[in-house]
Amino acid sequence: MSGFRHTLIGRLARDPLAVMAIVIIAALVVMAVFADLIAPYDYTAMHMTDRFAPPSAEFWLGTDNLGRDTFSRLLQGGRIALTVGLTAVVISGLIGLVLGMIAGFGPRWLDNALLFFFDTLRAYPTIILALALAALMPRGLTTVIVVVVITSFAEYGRVVRTQTLSLKHSEFILAERAMGASFGRIVFHHILPNVLGPFFILAAMNLPVVITIEAGMSFLGVGVPPGTPSWGSTLKDGFDHIRQTPWLILSGGLPLILVTLGFTFLGEALRDQLDPRLRSGR
Amino acid sequence: MIQYTLQRVALALGIVFVAISALYGVMIALPGDPTSVLLGPRATPEMRALFREQMGLDDPLVVQILNFWGRVLSGDLGTDFFRNRSVATAVMNALPHTVALVFGAIFWSATLGILLGAFSADRRNSLLDRVTGVISVAFIAAPSFVVALYSLLLFAVTLRWFPSIGAGEPGDLLSRIQHLVLPSLAIGLAWVGYVARIVRASMLEAMGESYIRTARAFGLPRRRVVYNYALRVAILPAVQVLGVGIGGMLSSAVFAEIVFSRPGIGTLIYTSVSDRNYPVVMGAMLVAIGFFVTCALIADLINAALDPRHRKTQ
Amino acid sequence: MMDTQTDTLAVRDLSVSFDTRAGALQALRKVSIKVPAGEIVGVVGESGCGKSTLIGALLSLLSENARVVGGEVLLDGEDVLRATPRRLQAMRGREMSVVFQDPMTSLNPVLSVGRQMRDIQYRERISDAEKSRRAAAMLGRVGLPDPEAKLHAYPHELSGGMRQRVAIAMAALMEPKLLIADEPTTALDATLEVQIIELLKEIQREIGCAILFISHHLGVIAELCDRMVVMYAGEAVEEGPVEEVFQRPAHPYTAKLIECDPGRLHERVEALPAIPGSLPDLTDPPAGCIFRDRCHMATEICAREAPPRVAVTPGRWSACHHAKAVSA
Ligand SMILES: Nc1ncnc2c1ncn2[C@@H]1O[C@H](COP(=O)(O)OP(=O)(O)OP(=O)(O)O)[C@@H](O)[C@H]1O
Ligand code: SF4
Ligand SMILES: [Mg+2]
Repeated sequence: MSGFRHTLIGRLARDPLAVMAIVIIAALVVMAVFADLIAPYDYTAMHMTDRFAPPSAEFWLGTDNLGRDTFSRLLQGGRIALTVGLTAVVISGLIGLVLGMIAGFGPRWLDNALLFFFDTLRAYPTIILALALAALMPRGLTTVIVVVVITSFAEYGRVVRTQTLSLKHSEFILAERAMGASFGRIVFHHILPNVLGPFFILAAMNLPVVITIEAGMSFLGVGVPPGTPSWGSTLKDGFDHIRQTPWLILSGGLPLILVTLGFTFLGEALRDQLDPRLRSGR
Repeated sequence: MIQYTLQRVALALGIVFVAISALYGVMIALPGDPTSVLLGPRATPEMRALFREQMGLDDPLVVQILNFWGRVLSGDLGTDFFRNRSVATAVMNALPHTVALVFGAIFWSATLGILLGAFSADRRNSLLDRVTGVISVAFIAAPSFVVALYSLLLFAVTLRWFPSIGAGEPGDLLSRIQHLVLPSLAIGLAWVGYVARIVRASMLEAMGESYIRTARAFGLPRRRVVYNYALRVAILPAVQVLGVGIGGMLSSAVFAEIVFSRPGIGTLIYTSVSDRNYPVVMGAMLVAIGFFVTCALIADLINAALDPRHRKTQ
Repeated sequence: MMDTQTDTLAVRDLSVSFDTRAGALQALRKVSIKVPAGEIVGVVGESGCGKSTLIGALLSLLSENARVVGGEVLLDGEDVLRATPRRLQAMRGREMSVVFQDPMTSLNPVLSVGRQMRDIQYRERISDAEKSRRAAAMLGRVGLPDPEAKLHAYPHELSGGMRQRVAIAMAALMEPKLLIADEPTTALDATLEVQIIELLKEIQREIGCAILFISHHLGVIAELCDRMVVMYAGEAVEEGPVEEVFQRPAHPYTAKLIECDPGRLHERVEALPAIPGSLPDLTDPPAGCIFRDRCHMATEICAREAPPRVAVTPGRWSACHHAKAVSA
């Protein structure tokens, strides 16, 4: 067991912030995965006599304008958030990884071209682009994912490129090359493992951003189809009926804040462990 | 510095050109009748024919994009067929509201963020520092549109300290500012956290630098060294981050404008998207992207001007 | 022994420790150094022997984890370690000033030379124009061509030699009683080193200050200083007039150093000559003589008792049980 203390998990386990982050994330994941089992009600069931109910023993987080149980809907919303979040992060991460390594390894002109490409994508304000594209594409989760991928893979690409570039000229890689190591070996044995650290930090930090974008798009009505219980839709319902009940907004915003908090803490703890140079100095 | 400025300006222009061209290209190249895309479903067949003719829609894509730029450069952003006004007018009427909002947010994040960051770096590991650390993360973690909704609920609906709707009476500065407080704070709050952390970290770094010790060794008072020398250096990365962050703030502004029912680019795009009013969407996008890239450019140049090392290394 | 009144700087039994994870690191142990008025005293010692810590203590600018365990630092008879923060601030820059090792990092990169030189005159009740004029005059005195124009320059726009001249000008600007120089020539090449040494001599003559000069280059010490102190692992092991120490070192460590580096200015040394063995662990210094592990003359008493200061000739001592034998 003495080795455990020095593994990444072991070190994270001793960082209170990381523990908190993992607890929050684990709770959210469990709730999302077992939403159907945990939910006290069917998330579509309308209790017309109990519209705008405040939190009570019967409805833990109250009900919405159609008398649907908010807690059950938020559980279901967690599913949507995680699905969109993970899918988008994986896709944009992969695209970024490949493009970043190409930029890092490729000739100077290609690097410059890709950098320009990344900069150009960054010039689109995410939500505004989401609105513009949503106008052209059918409403739905696919559109949300496409928009998120377009606006976020450049970030991964930049990080991977920087990391690759700095590794490319490091002594141990030069030595490997001098000894005739194949390109594939260098990439898979040396570059990739070293790129993954910053990459995962970024992914952890990026996931809540993606989830927020999904909620935001759904709030604006260009995300999930109507009736789908995204956290953003719950907030939208709350906003539309802000004078009838504060509870929809209050409880709809909570999971978003928790998700962001959890993943931000996790990203920071990871950064502290994986890259001490970037230590935030808390 | 001149060469550096020219380089940066060229890059910024290139980015705006490519970003907008790509978007325009996608819009007209997308499957479907471009006239219905650009004019909306409610356009009459006569309108469509005229439009097809006017816009040269049968020309190759590249020509169409160049034509588009030709019109843009002559100040013609197209026509808002729904309201019978020029897109340029619509956009220019909305822009000042959004700019005010974004600069309000920058005001919050710069003043609060720099103050918090500088204080906590100055009193490292004090209670204030720890509290600031937690608050910063909490601020960063709160998505801006949730903050907008919560603050609307708390300060406008429940406590009624601030107005909840609109941008205030035209010409009445006080009312304008009152209407700006909540939405700009909602956008700026996350950035308060970012800026505080960045300023703190770079200030601590600066305070470990040899030239800070030199200043102390020459008898300059501690406060002066901390707030004049170290902070001056520590603000630079914050300026950069805020410059790039304007892109994010523009996104947040969309929510803030809708939540607080304010006019602005966000509201304009939002309503135009719902109406499928594409020329307006395009014009508003152009202005939003142009605004963002310009701000990032300015932040970059400010940085170069404040940090003489910057110019040389680039 | 000279009267303290004529010593610009008198360090007596100064001990400084750093709190580290491994325990208290005793960076300075009972160090005594005197700098008589108007003289140039050199401090020599290998990396890690505590030279920078000494300077930090003189200016009361030690890092946060440092503690002064004992001793006193008298500047013109006034105790620096017990001075109020206010008084201390008044002393810094005016009564004592420093030239640091690397002018690239010790000058503020984002402020012009002029601004930095005006800033350190903040206590003077004179106009900015007058401050600039004084600054330019001093830049001229340290041999910078076109001093007015240099006021507008930023450090990165100057060459290494020029930067160090600026740093010296800043240190000399307020005509301090004591000028401390922490390896001011290490970052420069040999020709520049000679120029800077000449410049320091000139400044010393002109403003009549005392100079505490820190270096690991024996040749520089030989060329510039009147007296020298040899430090080893946080202790001063030998002190005396430069010629005497070079001719007949009275401490085995000094002897070794001089054997390897006979102190010729124009021969460039990157670091002090390597002597077999390594520095003792300062968190747990050995009993007896600190140099014992590396000393070829060590005897049984050296392991048992810390050597006292043995007076070799008047004004000259060595902390070695066998000092007389070494210098014979
Ligand atoms: N802030 C600190 N915390 C802990 N130990 C320190 C600290 N500063 C210095 N030390 C230790 O104190 C000893 C003396 O360091 P100092 O910097 O004074 O040496 P030096 O003679 O100036 O060396 P150099 O020639 O390399 O500049 C060293 O062992 C060093 O590791
Ligand atoms: S006291 Fe002994 S060990 Fe120390 S220097 Fe002298 S001879 Fe060497
Ligand atoms: Mg040193």
